[in-house]
Amino acid sequence: MSSKKKPDVPNKPGPIAKTPVSRRGFIRGVGLGSSAISAGVLSTGLAEPALAAAPVGPAAVPISLRINGKAQSLTIEPRVTLLDALRNHLDMTGAKRVCDRGTCGACTVIMSGRVVYACTVLAIDAQGKDIQTIEGLAPAGRLHPVSSAFVNNDAQQCGYCTPGLVMAAKGFLDRNPNPRTEQDVEKGLGGNLCRCGTYVGVRKAVLEAAREMRGGRNA
Amino acid sequence: MPDYNWPPQGNRRLMGKRISRIDGGEKASGRAKYNSDINPQGLLHAMLLTSPYAHAKVVSIDVSEAKALKGVTAVRVIAQPGTEIQWEGAEIAAVAAETEQIARDGVRKIKVQWEVLPHVVKENDLSKAGTRVKAAGEQVTGDPDQGFKDAEVVHEGYYAIPVLTHCCLEPHGQVIQWNGDSIMAWPSTQAVSPYAGDLAKALQLPATQIKVHQDHIGGGFGSKFASDRWGVECAQLSKESGGRPVKLFLDRATELKIAGNRPSGFANIKIGAKKDGTITAWQSQSWATGGMAGGGSPPLPYVYTNIPNQRKNHSSVSLNAGGQRAWRAPNHQQASYLTASAIDDLAAKLNMDPVELFSKNAGYTARADVYRQQLAKGAEMIEWKKKWHPRGDTTPGPIKRGLGLAVGTWQGGGHNSNAKTTINPDGTVLVELGSQDLGTGTRTAINIVAAESLGLPLNAVKVVIGDNSLPFSGASGGSTTIGGVSGSTRRATLNALEKLFDVAAPALGVPKDQLEAVDGRIQVKGNAAKNLTWKAACAKLGASSIAEAGAHDQRNPGGLASAGVGGVQMAEVSVDTETGLVKMIKTVAVHDIGTLINLKTAESQILGGCIMNICGALMEERVMDVATGRHLNADMEFYKLAGIGDIGEIVVHINTEPEHDKRGVIGLGEPSTIALPTAIGNAVANAIGVRVTTLPLTPDRVLAALEGRRA
Repeated sequence: MSSKKKPDVPNKPGPIAKTPVSRRGFIRGVGLGSSAISAGVLSTGLAEPALAAAPVGPAAVPISLRINGKAQSLTIEPRVTLLDALRNHLDMTGAKRVCDRGTCGACTVIMSGRVVYACTVLAIDAQGKDIQTIEGLAPAGRLHPVSSAFVNNDAQQCGYCTPGLVMAAKGFLDRNPNPRTEQDVEKGLGGNLCRCGTYVGVRKAVLEAAREMRGGRNA
Repeated sequence: MPDYNWPPQGNRRLMGKRISRIDGGEKASGRAKYNSDINPQGLLHAMLLTSPYAHAKVVSIDVSEAKALKGVTAVRVIAQPGTEIQWEGAEIAAVAAETEQIARDGVRKIKVQWEVLPHVVKENDLSKAGTRVKAAGEQVTGDPDQGFKDAEVVHEGYYAIPVLTHCCLEPHGQVIQWNGDSIMAWPSTQAVSPYAGDLAKALQLPATQIKVHQDHIGGGFGSKFASDRWGVECAQLSKESGGRPVKLFLDRATELKIAGNRPSGFANIKIGAKKDGTITAWQSQSWATGGMAGGGSPPLPYVYTNIPNQRKNHSSVSLNAGGQRAWRAPNHQQASYLTASAIDDLAAKLNMDPVELFSKNAGYTARADVYRQQLAKGAEMIEWKKKWHPRGDTTPGPIKRGLGLAVGTWQGGGHNSNAKTTINPDGTVLVELGSQDLGTGTRTAINIVAAESLGLPLNAVKVVIGDNSLPFSGASGGSTTIGGVSGSTRRATLNALEKLFDVAAPALGVPKDQLEAVDGRIQVKGNAAKNLTWKAACAKLGASSIAEAGAHDQRNPGGLASAGVGGVQMAEVSVDTETGLVKMIKTVAVHDIGTLINLKTAESQILGGCIMNICGALMEERVMDVATGRHLNADMEFYKLAGIGDIGEIVVHINTEPEHDKRGVIGLGEPSTIALPTAIGNAVANAIGVRVTTLPLTPDRVLAALEGRRA
């Protein structure tokens, strides 16, 4: 309750702000439970005369996404979220659909260096961005240090929230490579929910991953 | 016949050690495929239309526009005209289409005419539930009137614990392909082996025509045993779409509304005791709801079942709300809260330390020694003697600290399970069961038991579960899996090893009962120099593999598994008396679990049980709207789960003393998920000096209690 949203990761809903206001986007902004965020969506959207950009859809349109350093072409309706594009069109199912409205973090990906909820980003708006998903963290047969640390510290049970937590941890460590205490980790990962109750392992795992990554073994 | 008993505690190489789960890398890299992740060739997506009303009759339903929509492949009417709907979210129709978006559009085009009927959606005030209340009849033990006369102190209190939903992160649902005579099902299920039989019954097909596969499940907690209406409709949509596979998983709101919940529990309790703390009498008038079919009856008084004089009345309340399903330790959180809150209040009235009162009356429990020992251990771990104070923290300032405790119990005997162990001439070993790993570490436990039994390293054994073509293994419910799969795996593996001894014995020139499997060798007992490497022994199989079965029979566990545990949990909290906010400082959990298989995943499961219960104690509850009959917080922003910053420090202690170890394997998922909400409630009362009667302990309820109002 107290820690679900931390000011430490203010950029999560950022991509929405660049979108002309839609009912979906607006509701999702409100759903985040932060008046500052939803107000941000409103003011940015309404103030931007960039609405003049040529409308697309409602029929499917061809788009191109840069995911894990690789260009992916697909044809989707403009209303399709980045999450659904990944899961249903590209068979990249590491990011999970759980709340589908920007609360739980199970769909966390990194976009242009920012940690975002893929369910709150329209796929068409993710064009031109550098999208990092969990599939891109490590080559087949190998594990990223964050993933390894999750295994070592048993920071997972059913594992459905885990890819989101791993990506949130990666994004957090990219910006804060030296978390000192479990409290630091709690601030960084306040935007991800787990139902099985794996947070004790997650706190330890993120600190271990930080040590490993500082050691230069991988990044 | 092999000696199936577990190896002596001091001789175990793997069992009881801290071992990482074998599917951990798959999960932590996002490579694990849950059934909601699979996208078979030609996949269609389906969506449900659900009832917006809590109580209504379908007058007419028109699906013609939905059917005509381009991209829609099939539409099914679930609630025909005349159907009476009894809760919001009930399934009305289902649409399959080329994309999720089109399926959603199709659902929007269905026109339903409703006759809205009056509803009842709240049970907190029994006097307003009218004809929805069904009394179960009075139960009397001993002489309660005399028991209360004998009491020197009597406490009376009201306590309430709400309906929770399971809120599995992977929603309920499945992918199904019904092509000709055969059905392939990929459900999210706690019952891989039994699932086909359940779906077959609903579809009136032979179970042999249904294949089921599941590698991973994203949470179940007791709510994912059946094939459900959405499973049946998914199959029919596939058939009506020319045999293409169809994916139908519930959206989050529907998941919370209709895919299961934990019944509530309310009670007026009266409890009497002598001045020395000996409890003499119990009286409870309790009620609960689990939806239209009424509510669970918590076993009262909980754990202290042998309090001599009891009078109990329980009523079940039917509500127009989604139906209950087993929720991790069914009826036990409620029973724990209603009982141990009252005992804690009694302690305050007696001016006694609750540790002392709970210990003193342990003779009324089924395991007095275990509870006394666990109470002492928990008290030591949380520094009870140093930190406890009588009710009401008198230190200055708005932040008050307090300690509380509660106890639990669970059966957890092993379910029926079959395993098959194959030893190949190349030395590879395969263990197969039609079981499932809910995230509890079942797969890893099977691996540990098999490798331990063969004297091999973990990675020399391959474990395959999650398919109904494998030997039948029971559903994962009631903490029965670990006892079942460890027993069947042990027997199948030792049966296979015995066959290997048959071919190794002549080569080593001793009878086979002189052989043992140790450290990757088959060796002569007492003469380790005389041995064959595992590979060399297996090579003697020639062209034939060994394939042996093993079964665990729940009625005859044969010393490998057992049932019945205690468990004590304690909490330290701080309460801000200005804002009403409760914060977790520390939790300790002390549990006996019989024979321990994997310390790492066992600890995780206990930690998880505690964290789930912190949610239930402080923030989580289903909120129904009296005016509209709707579930107001069927989402994840207002149906609140704890975040990583909400849990405080949690310390686990598992009893591994010989008297526990010798009992055999006992399940752990439920017993770890019982006592903590009560312990937290008691800690808050200890901190602020008044009882907050109703969970969750939200700031408004805490402030109301501080102001002397009933929250």
